[in-house]
Amino acid sequence: MTLHRTSIIALAMAACLTAPWPVLADETLKIGVIATLEGPFTVLGQEGIRGVRVAVNEFGGAVAGKKIELIEQATDATPDSAVRAARTLVEQKGVKLIIGPLSGDEGLAVKDYAKTQPDVTFVNGASAAQDFTLRNPAPNVFRFSTDGAQWNAGLGTYAYQVKGYKNVAIVAEDYSFPYTQVFGFLAEFCKAGGRVASKSWVPIGNKDFSSVIAAIPDNVDAIYVALGGSDAVNFLSQYQQAGGSAPIIGGSITVDQNVLQSKGKAREVLIGTPSSGPVAELTDSPAWNTFAAAYKKQPDAFPSPSIFALSYYVDAKPLLMALQRTGADLSDGGKKLRETLSKISYESPTGKISLDKNRNAIANEFITEVAVASDGTLYKKLVKVVSQTNQTLGFPEAEFIAMGPVGRDKPTCGK
Amino acid sequence: MSEFAGKDRIAARSVGRSEVGAGHALFGLALLAYPAVASDFFLTQIGGLSLIEGMIALSLMTLAGYGGMVSLAQLSVAGIAGYVVAILGHNDTGVQGYDWPWAVTVPLAILAAAATSALIGWISARTSGIYTIMITLAIATAVFYFAQQNYVIFNGHSGFAGIPAPVFFGEDWRAPVPFYYLCLFAAAASYAGVLYVRRSTFGLTVQGMRDNERRMRALGFSVILHKVFAWFLSGIVAGIAGVLLVWFHGRISPSSIDVAASLNILVMAVIGGLRHPIGPFVGALVVVLLQTFASDLVGAERFNTLIGLTFLIIVYISDDGILGLWRQFAPRFDHADRSAG
Repeated sequence: MTLHRTSIIALAMAACLTAPWPVLADETLKIGVIATLEGPFTVLGQEGIRGVRVAVNEFGGAVAGKKIELIEQATDATPDSAVRAARTLVEQKGVKLIIGPLSGDEGLAVKDYAKTQPDVTFVNGASAAQDFTLRNPAPNVFRFSTDGAQWNAGLGTYAYQVKGYKNVAIVAEDYSFPYTQVFGFLAEFCKAGGRVASKSWVPIGNKDFSSVIAAIPDNVDAIYVALGGSDAVNFLSQYQQAGGSAPIIGGSITVDQNVLQSKGKAREVLIGTPSSGPVAELTDSPAWNTFAAAYKKQPDAFPSPSIFALSYYVDAKPLLMALQRTGADLSDGGKKLRETLSKISYESPTGKISLDKNRNAIANEFITEVAVASDGTLYKKLVKVVSQTNQTLGFPEAEFIAMGPVGRDKPTCGK
Repeated sequence: MSEFAGKDRIAARSVGRSEVGAGHALFGLALLAYPAVASDFFLTQIGGLSLIEGMIALSLMTLAGYGGMVSLAQLSVAGIAGYVVAILGHNDTGVQGYDWPWAVTVPLAILAAAATSALIGWISARTSGIYTIMITLAIATAVFYFAQQNYVIFNGHSGFAGIPAPVFFGEDWRAPVPFYYLCLFAAAASYAGVLYVRRSTFGLTVQGMRDNERRMRALGFSVILHKVFAWFLSGIVAGIAGVLLVWFHGRISPSSIDVAASLNILVMAVIGGLRHPIGPFVGALVVVLLQTFASDLVGAERFNTLIGLTFLIIVYISDDGILGLWRQFAPRFDHADRSAG
């Protein structure tokens, strides 16, 4: 009989595919962790993993007598890779609990996938997209961290009233997370009476900002900058070189250690720059100090926990608490676990966290200003705690929803 | 590509009728029976995805193997079909989405993909070798950035989500078993189509142009027209795959068609083997398996290294991917096989 050679290879492969896979003992509890462990956000993903490990260590590596086994799944920050990771965890590895993903668009994609897996419980990692929970929420998706608009709660009012900025230009990257940040900033800033002179959306990884800088009107009081990583450094240094002198208002990931450590004129301009987010060095708070100390024991940890370590931590911990309370019993498809989760309210390193009806966190946000420390280095000084911020930033829900989903043109700012 | 020509002709003669012989029947039966032994995950995430990506790689392989035109834009072509389904059909994103029935959107999507492919073919038909690669790479990059930055049609970075697979004949075609058979049917039809066309007058003419374009032109053939039509046909295969891909993921965004993903398609075709249409499917299976399981073998942080090394080794020890390996290491069996046929 004739057997084409390639057919045989393929047959052999098909045989391999159907081989049985090892089955784990019942006494371990598998938790999938989705994080960006490749691509431009690798460092951030590693931070997220550290945050989860700190939470697991806090429970001694076990809940309700079952050992926790973390299964890490890498993504490259694209929505497709996040769905692929979630599918692998759920459909192939039989995971019923997932922590993650890290970035905004990934979160939206995973939420859509979560709707097809009602028995799996999804807890956010660090995704800050608004519609992860606000519009069309999935009943099995929880976020104990806050969204990108919440991160900017209070900043618009602060910039208008305390700093006296009436007219700002916006420079931000062109994807959903900066949209959400700009939305959060402008929602309050415009309501207070502020105006927007211009908006520039730049692609991620942009190198040459000269045309963007040229488009900023001369008469602006400040520039709101929502750029991350090297984009922020590039923009700020080029803006200085071009002779720009308007003060900066920072997005939540704009003024990070990279920017603070920059040398030269950019440094002078940064002093006094307000920004806001879910993390601040709360050295007076024992809860923060305990968390920061546990974090620093992780291999390769930064001097201080970042937004991503904190976010994964505050999301992972309530999941473990709920597991502990329900005896880690998932035999009912996780129903009891999710009921318990939705009622959890606890003291996180940055204050009390509870959930709203869409299972999104109500938590503290922090406004900081760049200041000079006694040793001459720049640091972010806490100037205001925006206590218990909800997802609609204090607006009535109907009014907030009516502003529409985040995007380049939202909110319209009175126009 | 011309160095393939001699060997290919010999291979074509030797394979002969055995191509549609018992080997195919047995292999086909195995694929048909696969759902009986495979879990849902292996059915769709490995089986279905390998068949879909194999089809995109097949559309590249037909152009490269028979036409000598290496195209890096085939994933973009598939992506256009996917975007057409998302834009004209239903999506949950609230941008575009005209809720047209699948019976209208699918043919339109495949036609749009084929027409785009033909257009790319027409643009690049006067070039050859590395210049074709450069032009198609440029087009793939342009399509990616256009989709990334256009919000009116393509909804930018976020793309479209919540795109359902159709329900007809009382089946939800995204359920694991029906979806697998749908992919298998599409892949088998594309595979059979390529086998048929490559031995048709048209197919032989295109292979003649690959081997000696000037002579074919002197014989009175319109080289451009033939090439453009070859691109059109391969665009149909990529377009069908694009529709299946968007049903599979339920979403499409620029990251689905970025340059890295396009290069992955080339990798599949190359490590599978460019001389026989089964090669792209073998390559796709290997790549999908590696992408899925490499992180279990070497941890989440180093799995790309393992994938890269595997490609390197295959390309280094074989002149024609995994198919070439088979020929190198099983020559006697191959011989007996042929005489038995």
